[in-house]
Amino acid sequence: MRRVIDIKTEDITPSITGILAHQGMPPHVQADEPTLKPAREAIALWEHLSQPVGIFAEIAIHEFAQVYIGESRNEPETPLPNIYQRANALALFAVTVGHDVEQEIRRLFETNEFPLGAMLDAAASVSAEKAVDVVQDRFRKHLSVVGRWDRSKGVMPFSPGYCGWHVSGQRALFDTLHPEEIGIELSDSYLMQPLKSISGVLVAGAKDIFQFDDDFPFCSECATRSCRERIMSIIENQPKADTR
Amino acid sequence: MDTLQQLSENMQKGNADQVARLTQQAIDEGCEPKTILDDALVGGMAVVGYKFKKHEIFLPHVLLAAKAMHAGMDLLKPLLVKDGIPTIGKVVTGTVQGDQHDIGKNLVGIMLKGAGFEVVDLGRDVSPEKFLDAAVSEKAIVIGMSALLTTTMPVMRKVIALAHERNVRDQLKFIVGGAPMSKEYAQKIGADAYCYDAVSAVECVKRFIGAH
Ligand code: B12
Ligand code: SF4
Repeated sequence: MRRVIDIKTEDITPSITGILAHQGMPPHVQADEPTLKPAREAIALWEHLSQPVGIFAEIAIHEFAQVYIGESRNEPETPLPNIYQRANALALFAVTVGHDVEQEIRRLFETNEFPLGAMLDAAASVSAEKAVDVVQDRFRKHLSVVGRWDRSKGVMPFSPGYCGWHVSGQRALFDTLHPEEIGIELSDSYLMQPLKSISGVLVAGAKDIFQFDDDFPFCSECATRSCRERIMSIIENQPKADTR
Repeated sequence: MDTLQQLSENMQKGNADQVARLTQQAIDEGCEPKTILDDALVGGMAVVGYKFKKHEIFLPHVLLAAKAMHAGMDLLKPLLVKDGIPTIGKVVTGTVQGDQHDIGKNLVGIMLKGAGFEVVDLGRDVSPEKFLDAAVSEKAIVIGMSALLTTTMPVMRKVIALAHERNVRDQLKFIVGGAPMSKEYAQKIGADAYCYDAVSAVECVKRFIGAH
């Protein structure tokens, strides 16, 4: 099952709060008008320029095992193997918000429009993350339609470059998924273009398979500990707090 | 309040139109371009940097001030060039070969310019040869390298190795930054400093200038 998803711009429009948070503004700080103005302009520009699209393709557990090994550069112990091996379904995915936003960000910086450029950059990053939510939702719906989904289950995305899965793992992922079809290329240095793109695997399964401790050696350098929030949202069956 | 003080305050608030107007006013009043630059603009940006570090203001405010500063700089630059006023130092910046991320590097450049340095931005995907050719021909004192992926970071080591090979290592300082970088990695590859953000990059380069 392989599906290209034409993501609607309105489904992933970034919020002003999300854009400002991405630029390090704490939630309790009230933004002033000079800050809000470029944020609003950035959203309008983003709506005009973004070309969000995604792709996912189901993959069997034993096939994913090969993808995960990738170029054998993963950390020795990582959370994902313990999770994917107990999954009900897996799908490789990739999303992008396209080239045009990126070009506009560059143009804005080159013409000294720094505040708007940075706002648009943040808007594009936030919306790329929201695009993953859309693809995840479609995967869930697909599983539901074919009778492989119920409320006791959850879906969580994992990406190369995070939690011990080496960023070079993207090569095997690309060789299997071929996100080139939606315009994403992977360079020799494992950089995706357009820049505002995300790749990974969607893991669907019983909620308890997603429980893991954040005490891997690499966790000590993790600034976000975002796995905690992700696990909580699955356990509590709640959508993630939408500050994006 | 005198013109320079008004200029500095408007710049800190990010009022680009007022900054252009007041810069012209200061020039017309006979103020030295170098004094306008140092006292009002660079001085104002130092206050902005300080407030940012203290979390009194945030990135959007810094960028509004930087944009306003450029509105003044556009008027001052031709006069400074005409007077033959040298900048306090030149920094060559770039994102290393294989990497296309440039927002972080751009922010560093903006803050360095705000502190009065001349910045030669080589852009993205910059080869070791290009970094060194530019640094030597531009007589730069610092090379600033950026990388956002662990897979592109190793290019930084190659740039420093090439500087040794070309016998120019002693005349250059290397600063490195980007999300996956660390102080330990910077030390390992023989860089002079790792900078967490654009404000600390300015502090670093100032330290090097002092030592120069
Ligand atoms: C936003 C973000 C994204 C966005 C946008 C990416 C972009 N930059 O356009 C999205 C969601 C699309 C994304 C995607 C991916 N990302 Co990402 N992303 C981030 C995040 C959260 C912030 C990056 C950012 O924009 N920061 C804002 C800018 C302004 O900061 P900055 O570039 O770091 O620059 C500052 C400092 O570093 C410093 N600095 C920077 N350069 C220089 C240079 C000098 C000389 C000096 C002195 C200082 C300096 O000063 C700057 C200003 O303060 C970081 C984690 C983090 N907290 O940093 C991960 C991060 C960069 N991403 C990461 C990864 C893995 C990915 C993906 C590969 C995931 C995937 N499989 O899909 C993809 C790759 C995309 C691609 N094109 O190839 C990793 C990279 C590490 C690695 N393993 O290689 C990071 C570090 C997260 C992590 N695991 O910790 N990402
Ligand atoms: S703490 Fe950070 S690195 Fe460790 S598993 Fe959680 S998200 Fe991943």
